[in-house]
Amino acid sequence: MSGSDDGVSTVHTDPAALDQLTEVAAHEHSEVAPDGSVVGYKARRTLGLRVELTRQLRRRRVQFVFGFLLLLPWILWVAFEFGSDGDGQRSGGFVDLATASGSNFVVFVLFAVTSFALPMVVALFFGDTIASEASWSSLKYLLAMPIPRHRLMRQKAVASALLSLLAIILLPAMALLVGVIFYGAGEAVSPTGDAISFDQAMLALLFTVIYLAIHLIWVAGVALFLTVSTDAPLGAVGGTVLVMILSQILDQITALEGLRNYLPTHYAIAWSDLISTDIDWSNMAAGAFSAVMYGAVFGLLAARRFRTKDITS
Amino acid sequence: MGPIGRALSYSQERSHTVSDVPRISRPLQRWLLVGLAVAVAAAGGVVWLSSGDDPAEVRTREQTLDGAAPGIRLDTTLYLPEETPAPAIIVAHGFGGSKASVDGDARELAGRGFVVLAYSARGFGASSGQIALNSLDAEVADASELVSWLAERPEVVTDDEDDPKVGVTGGSYGGALSLLLAGTDDRVDALVPTITYNDLSQALLPNSATTGATASTPAANAYAPEGVFKRSWAGIFFAAGVGGAGLADPSTDAVEAGSEDDDADAPTNAGGTPTEPPAGGPDTGGGAAPGGTASGDPCGRFRQDFCAAYNEVATTGRASEATVQLLRSVSPVSVADRITAPTMLVQGEQDTLFGLDQSDATARQIAEAGGKVKVVWYTGGHDGGRPGPELRGAMADWFDFHLRGRGEDPGTGFQYDVQGALRVQGAPSVRTVATDTYPGLENGTDTERRQVRVYGPEQTIINPPGGNPASVSSLPGLGSIIGSSSRLAGRVAIDLPGQAARFSSRPLTNQLLIAGAATVRLRVSSLPGVPAPDGAVLFAKLYDVGQDGSRLLPGSAVSPLRVPTLPADGSPVEVTVTLPAIVRPIETDRRVELVVSTTDQAYATPTEAAAYRVSLVEDGALAVPVVAGTRSGGGLPSGPLVGIAIVLGVCVLAAIWGALRRRRADDHDPALDDVPLVIENLSKSYPGGVKAVDDLSFRVEPGQVLGLLGPNGAGKTTTLRMLMGLITPTGGSMRVFGHRVHSGAPVLSRIGSFVEGAGFLPHLSGRANLELYWAATGRPADRAHFTEALEIAGLGGAVDRRVKTYSQGMRQRLAIAQAMLGLPDLLVLDEPTNGLDPPQIHQMREVLRRYAAAGRTVLVSSHLLAEVEQTCDHVVVMHQGRLVASGPVEAIVGGASEATFRVDRPTDAAEVLRDAEGVEGVVVEGPLVHADLNGMPRAEALATLVRAGVAVEQAGPRRRLEDAFLQLVGEESRS
Repeated sequence: MSGSDDGVSTVHTDPAALDQLTEVAAHEHSEVAPDGSVVGYKARRTLGLRVELTRQLRRRRVQFVFGFLLLLPWILWVAFEFGSDGDGQRSGGFVDLATASGSNFVVFVLFAVTSFALPMVVALFFGDTIASEASWSSLKYLLAMPIPRHRLMRQKAVASALLSLLAIILLPAMALLVGVIFYGAGEAVSPTGDAISFDQAMLALLFTVIYLAIHLIWVAGVALFLTVSTDAPLGAVGGTVLVMILSQILDQITALEGLRNYLPTHYAIAWSDLISTDIDWSNMAAGAFSAVMYGAVFGLLAARRFRTKDITS
Repeated sequence: MGPIGRALSYSQERSHTVSDVPRISRPLQRWLLVGLAVAVAAAGGVVWLSSGDDPAEVRTREQTLDGAAPGIRLDTTLYLPEETPAPAIIVAHGFGGSKASVDGDARELAGRGFVVLAYSARGFGASSGQIALNSLDAEVADASELVSWLAERPEVVTDDEDDPKVGVTGGSYGGALSLLLAGTDDRVDALVPTITYNDLSQALLPNSATTGATASTPAANAYAPEGVFKRSWAGIFFAAGVGGAGLADPSTDAVEAGSEDDDADAPTNAGGTPTEPPAGGPDTGGGAAPGGTASGDPCGRFRQDFCAAYNEVATTGRASEATVQLLRSVSPVSVADRITAPTMLVQGEQDTLFGLDQSDATARQIAEAGGKVKVVWYTGGHDGGRPGPELRGAMADWFDFHLRGRGEDPGTGFQYDVQGALRVQGAPSVRTVATDTYPGLENGTDTERRQVRVYGPEQTIINPPGGNPASVSSLPGLGSIIGSSSRLAGRVAIDLPGQAARFSSRPLTNQLLIAGAATVRLRVSSLPGVPAPDGAVLFAKLYDVGQDGSRLLPGSAVSPLRVPTLPADGSPVEVTVTLPAIVRPIETDRRVELVVSTTDQAYATPTEAAAYRVSLVEDGALAVPVVAGTRSGGGLPSGPLVGIAIVLGVCVLAAIWGALRRRRADDHDPALDDVPLVIENLSKSYPGGVKAVDDLSFRVEPGQVLGLLGPNGAGKTTTLRMLMGLITPTGGSMRVFGHRVHSGAPVLSRIGSFVEGAGFLPHLSGRANLELYWAATGRPADRAHFTEALEIAGLGGAVDRRVKTYSQGMRQRLAIAQAMLGLPDLLVLDEPTNGLDPPQIHQMREVLRRYAAAGRTVLVSSHLLAEVEQTCDHVVVMHQGRLVASGPVEAIVGGASEATFRVDRPTDAAEVLRDAEGVEGVVVEGPLVHADLNGMPRAEALATLVRAGVAVEQAGPRRRLEDAFLQLVGEESRS
């Protein structure tokens, strides 16, 4: 009731407005379609992608994420600049690899983000999407419009996917820009000393983005499942991150041997196979399959749950 | 898959039972916890299980066998696999070792199903005899005896009588024995010699300069006569033979492609067998050994002729022809052209003792004679470590295929490991490049050599008297102790000023992957007036130089060369120098630098002072061997892709199934087309027996303002949520304009709703919220009537502020305005006046009444009777999910003829009223008396009471609804 003074003085209905409304209401008679809907309503036109993207892009959280991703390469560049004025002890190490060329800088940035930052961003976009509507209580009004539930989930998922894809593209693009400006358009060198030309590196980068987009489907699936299961957006995001961390921890346990292949994060850096003169696709194919499998299972579970769920927020 | 599969199905079961319980129990948290616990337990179980997994059972049998000569007793261990008979493998140990030092390898091979025979060679361990450096008549003959012995064992598969299926392997000294045995005994069926020599005279006295030509294989060395004595290594070797240090053989694993980071960081004993003692371990100087160090014999266990030869070379720095012949005779070079068994030559890239050139020479010899040979270069060597687990596996595969035809044909190709120049912590930094053939073995497959120009003027370099101080290139024998880190090892290199001539390339524009020995043509001359009668001893090496000038000597390798005679007049001699065979990626922008120095710590150099002029032959270029890997060319693996297609197919089927399900859902009763809402027998119960709505039925007619009245918890909101399709009823039905309501039913588009609080995007303004809301409905913007709705909300300028700044009343009004967007035929408002102040409440009532008057229908819920009384024309009263009363407000609120009196003496008052004419149904309730006056005016009844002396405090119509309602609310508050 913070604005109660304000409320009294400015919040009131002009009696003339009431007359106007009554007038309009008296003259306008809604026509009804055979399916019982008001003419003008079409289920397939509800929650258009542009509307949903507008809703999302105007959120601070989303703007912050994109700002962070665009800033990250610059932060890393600054870190390297300040970090490398030592006595050259690290020559031949980490910094040299990252700063060998523009394309290497991109590879380094991607290495730095694939294990945590990017999955986290995807988890945020997908985990937040429906749970945040629930937390704002706006979900019920969306469903009462009515936006059919399957459509609401699909449109939300597609919008989240577009945002995630944008993030996955923006980050390497910005890293490439920073890398080419400061480290030149040289060969990409892998940690194993394999070198590929800049042109090929660009192609590899394209495939990397595609692979990352596919790999992160599993994160999207889990986050989508959690976002329809809870009304707390951070619970869904945090839950997804928790699953991811658990998978990463299990992946560290070498004694699990072949079982680790079934962990969703096991193939997270399979894209590094692309920085090679002779590309081995087997890990990436296995990773893509694993991701699609997890994504599909959790996606279908999410759809099933959301279809029958009682909305009480 | 077993335990994890079980874990998965278990967690699914749990999640299923949990999901049936509604949100009250926070199912998500519990689900996550359960999942976490199960996963951790499963992982723990698997770790525990697999750590308890013993490798295959291997039985051992120790025996002392006769050697080839009388009195030679060989200490042996036979390792028997689980299943016999099986092919046999003889494992020979390295110099200074014994059968104990190959125990790990032997067990590993026995674990792969081979009968393995490990033995201490004569002069080592508990075996008797003297070291004859793999003489054909001594150690090699001993090994032949062992082959014969194996042929008699029932556990060993045989080709023929006295011809067992047998392979032989070994590292260094043992590797040479493998080659020598295979070259002299054709019963050997396969062999894998590792890090060994081809020609001991060249290994210990190398000379890499020739005026002739070198072979076309990648690591071919000139192998010119009159080499420079590699005194450090020779000394270490000799010491190992007399029972000294155990530096001669690497004991740690080399880094491998795909190594896990923990392996790569700590190569010490990684992946190996913990039981394995370090090579040249305690038993080297074992007291049991006859003629050991204790005897005071400077020759130790060496046979006299070898001891004398070493003495000669070590003291003079030169080898006589006889010594060279002796060394050659005990080297594989003498018999390698007779090897017909398939040979896998494994050589280390970090090896300053037996470099890649040694296996190169052996490979050429075997291939020229028509033998089958595969060449493998790995990251280890005498300075870098023994073969890692993966390579050992490949070696066992070689035997598997060639001794019993199991597995894939490993072929006869060539593969080499590349250790990245740049390292990322934790990332594997080794990759393997493979080709189908070892270049230069067959005609027309000569090694590709890339010309890299190096620049530098003619330089004069001096050899200091006594050859001291000397340049440092490597620390023989310490390489493996420093670790397999080529970084560290490569950085020890020191060149002394004045002693080294430098020729540097321009920064490279592309990465150059050196795989083998580069060659360069040099011009060497003596200075006029400073004659060099013995010729020149020089050391050539190739540095990898960074932009900042940091230098690294790949492989710590150096090529010594001797130019036997230099004309005294200073005219130059042109020689082709083979640089050390290395594998090294030189990155873009780095340079290669050729350094020619006069001294090297590891070698015996002339003690006379000397000066030479060194220059490049015009257009000086390094001919650098490169070996491109064969592209595996295998496209995308089909298995996972088919899997993806199947998964996508299942998703499409699920989507189609869902669409079909939805299509069936429409249920329309045309008779009710004009009735805004009909609810029949509606129920909603939750598991656990809680009934939120119980058998509720009522009907709303067009133009009504219907009030849904009930105390908190009566089920009003649940009913409205079901009406919006948010909650699925457990029984009964609701029809809106004849269409049955379900989630997402199109008819919901005719309802405008406000249920249990506003729902806005807090970061957007009120106006933006309404606009986006309407945009999300997908309906035409001109049907929204934003202006009218916003005026109803009456937010004034606040409409453009963000919603998070609004008061509750403002949100409430905005939410009602949102519900009215598009002028819905049925307006559903839940507690619309909550949080509004009295004038706003008044306005709101007016809005609702006028809205209904315009032909639409309004359904309002409230827990306040007065509210309903003043706003609605019809009312439905609910309590505990059930319908209590329904009808027109007047009918329920004020029964026309019933009256209630509040009196001081209720009993007397009841008497009086009963006596009055026509009055019926008199009931006393505390101080109240209710009566049906039946047409008698209330004033008259009042007068009657007063006349009878009853004091009347209050008189009015009886309000049954209020009674009932207050009673209900009272019950609520009491409970």
